[in-house]
Amino acid sequence: MLSLRVGLLEAMLEQARRDHPLETCGIIAAPLGGKVAERLIAMENASRSPTFFSFDPRQQLRVWRELDERDEECRVIYHSHTASVAYPSADDVRYAGDPSVHYVIVSTLPDIEVPIRSFRIIDHKVTEESIYIVR
Amino acid sequence: MSISVIVPTLLRTFTQDKKRVEVQGNTVLEVIEHLERDYPGVKERLIGDGQVHRFVNIYVNDDDIRFADNLATALKPGDAITILPAVAGG
Repeated sequence: MLSLRVGLLEAMLEQARRDHPLETCGIIAAPLGGKVAERLIAMENASRSPTFFSFDPRQQLRVWRELDERDEECRVIYHSHTASVAYPSADDVRYAGDPSVHYVIVSTLPDIEVPIRSFRIIDHKVTEESIYIVR
Repeated sequence: MSISVIVPTLLRTFTQDKKRVEVQGNTVLEVIEHLERDYPGVKERLIGDGQVHRFVNIYVNDDDIRFADNLATALKPGDAITILPAVAGG
């Protein structure tokens, strides 16, 4: 289960709709060992593509150093799908190397029933999980 | 020459949970070879077929080695290497 601070689902959706038709991406940080993912950091999609995303390596280094200084960790990696449902693609599974991270996918398909879903991806096996909103 | 290497969470199982380790080397490749000697198993998580895996970013100070001389990137005293997972998907 992913515990997420109230308001962050909406923030991810808004960012994804703003960046549509390109894929959007980012992370949500949590205090080290803390239960709730609290701080959303929008990342640049260096691929600037409607079908692929990649973090800009320099921005990522800056952000990861900042997490370190603030005693935080990357709890969530999120990105959008612009023409498919919110379920990990083959590329998503190939790249998802971290069993401690929650992978959140936002779909910007119009009229989609469930636009945000969260997954764990461990040894290439995808497991959906529930999202718990914390006030 | 001793170089400090900042190890990502994922690889700390190899380094007895150490976040920063000191190893010898004059190039990034030499540092990785020394890492492997001290912490067996690390090398294959970082490189294959003589290249950095696309799932991994390696930086010398602030610079991604893909934009320098890759594994042949030369090191100076005081340089620090940071390893991070590359984040991407479709």
